[in-house]
Amino acid sequence: MSDTALTGTTAPDPRGPGAAGSPPLLEVRGVTKAFGHGRRRLTALDGVDVRLMRGETLGLVGESGCGKSTLARVVLGLERPDSGTVRFDGTDPFALEGKELLAWRRRVQMVFQDPFASLNARMSAADLISEPWRTHRDIVPTAKDRERRVRELLSLVGLRESDAHRYPGEFSGGQRQRIGIARALALDPDLIVCDEPVSALDLSVQAQVLNVLSELRERLGVSYVFISHDLSVVRHVSDRVTVMYLGKVIEHGRTEDVFDRPLHPYTAALMSAAPTLDVSGQALGEEIPLRGEIPSPYAIPSGCRFRTRCWKSEARCAETAPPAVTREGAADTGADTGDRQHAALCHFPLLAGERGA
Amino acid sequence: MKPSTLPAPAADRPVALDVEGLSVDLRTPSGTVRAVDGVGFSVRKGRTLALLGESGCGKSMTALSIAGLLDPVAEVTGGSVRVCGTDVLRLDGAGRRKLAGPVLSIVFQDALTALNPVQPVGRQLAEPFRIHRGMSRRDSAEKAVELMTRVGIPEPRLRARSYPHQFSGGMRQRLLIAMAVALDPDVLIADEPTTALDVTVQAQIMRLLRELQTERDMALVLITHDLAVVAQRADDVVVMYAGNVVETGPVDEVFSRPRHPYTKGLLDSVPEHAVRGRPLPAVPGSPPELSAVPSGCVFQARCPLVRERCAQERPRPVSVSASRSAACHFSEELDHV
Repeated sequence: MSDTALTGTTAPDPRGPGAAGSPPLLEVRGVTKAFGHGRRRLTALDGVDVRLMRGETLGLVGESGCGKSTLARVVLGLERPDSGTVRFDGTDPFALEGKELLAWRRRVQMVFQDPFASLNARMSAADLISEPWRTHRDIVPTAKDRERRVRELLSLVGLRESDAHRYPGEFSGGQRQRIGIARALALDPDLIVCDEPVSALDLSVQAQVLNVLSELRERLGVSYVFISHDLSVVRHVSDRVTVMYLGKVIEHGRTEDVFDRPLHPYTAALMSAAPTLDVSGQALGEEIPLRGEIPSPYAIPSGCRFRTRCWKSEARCAETAPPAVTREGAADTGADTGDRQHAALCHFPLLAGERGA
Repeated sequence: MKPSTLPAPAADRPVALDVEGLSVDLRTPSGTVRAVDGVGFSVRKGRTLALLGESGCGKSMTALSIAGLLDPVAEVTGGSVRVCGTDVLRLDGAGRRKLAGPVLSIVFQDALTALNPVQPVGRQLAEPFRIHRGMSRRDSAEKAVELMTRVGIPEPRLRARSYPHQFSGGMRQRLLIAMAVALDPDVLIADEPTTALDVTVQAQIMRLLRELQTERDMALVLITHDLAVVAQRADDVVVMYAGNVVETGPVDEVFSRPRHPYTKGLLDSVPEHAVRGRPLPAVPGSPPELSAVPSGCVFQARCPLVRERCAQERPRPVSVSASRSAACHFSEELDHV
């Protein structure tokens, strides 16, 4: 079966060429997570590897049901993987207990998709932002400090100090999302998982929130795992991109490499399907039509899981799981932490300059 | 049919939908607010017009008033809507129903709520043929299967007996489209037809809509908040803000040289052309509440060009070239911002 065929050839070696210097902030290796039993067993994650360096943003893309959100839950420590390892700054969060676990939780926070559903309407902005300190008591111990810190956080995300005593209902969507961000920042985390942070916002407001997020990265050195279906947003914010399909990472690499020179046919199709602002009409002609829809996660195709929709698929794709192929990324574009690995799982990877490139 | 008066491209095609000065009021607990304020546009057969705007800008309300499906708290207070020459706002319920399907049809955003959950989809698809064409149960069922084949539902004969929840989101949207085009309407309104779908499926649905449009020579009104969808799929665009039309024209011209600061702000804030790591040029603030739309220009609070005149006088849409109009006092200054 597809699950076992990959051992040995899996995943790009994280200590490959160029991977040097400080250890990664987050390292997920071979993580598998399934729900249910027997015929109703759903494999949400199937041997997933992800690496994130300090201060970096990792974009996570894929269609609904590909396992993005389950992966986010594993990273947040909300879902224990069936197998595989998670290392956060060298420690395994799933081995922690009590005080140590609490201390670790502080370091990974989350910004949710819908700021209308994720904020308690009966708590003021100040209550919402300071609530995490009730659990993590030692962070801002005195009431006076708390008040000062709330004001700081509000101005950090571009709200006014006077907004502290207003309620969610009095804010617009963009302002609410800023409160959500301030709340995530309250515990001074190292990593923030953003699950579709702007997709519920008005178009003209999305850019404001994206700017707040990138400004915070500059000022506080926080890292992001950024989940979004909007590829132009992912491209703008991410240093590295991981593409998932039916519970597996099928391609990952630096943003420019993945977007401009995709290796996997699925990545190329995904990029081409996303409409662009180009009004010249050329982009439309390059669209790669994909057959059908994503298969049910209860019945993952044998061999390569993308073969049922792939225009390059041959007999081999149904029989054996695809090997990891790598391509040396393009020359350095300046600020880079060194990892230039660009890898995909495919029998027939796209050549540079092939359709979609 | 209305004679063509506009010097637009493809001007020889008949106008299928002509909306003029449409206004819609909404009764809310705190008073009446204007949701749509003097909106006008027209679409010719075989052309695609996009109604572009953010949530609350009145684009869906415009579509619902054209289709005669407004919620009872909303009321059309002015204007006209001509579908193939008939002013549908003057029609009674029976007259409307005659047009719904063979002349004017709508594809909704949320397929799960638009389909009847307790009826097999085949029966739902057969309904228009039985009601409008008086077909027998057997003939109409055959027609339903034909339609399902046309929109790309695999194993249509078998699937006709399935219920809506047994289909994926993309397939449900195909079913809704099938139902909407069943009687070959002249005008098809698609209200955010792909918003809830993944990009690959979204592309399939848009392709299907385009094919059907060409095949049946329909005028398509595409309601969306997605600039990229407009760029790729529409011929003309109507940009709405706070219930008002702020700019209209052919998509390629509007997007390459916007004539309203709102359109320009939206286009600039899309990350596509931005340099990674640099702040995006964002539009400050957020859209006004309908109850607090300012009396002058609707965009004044967020506009980089704003000055005194904008607060006093609402700009009327003025023609800025042969086929374009913009509602801005200072649109000629936009090139220098």
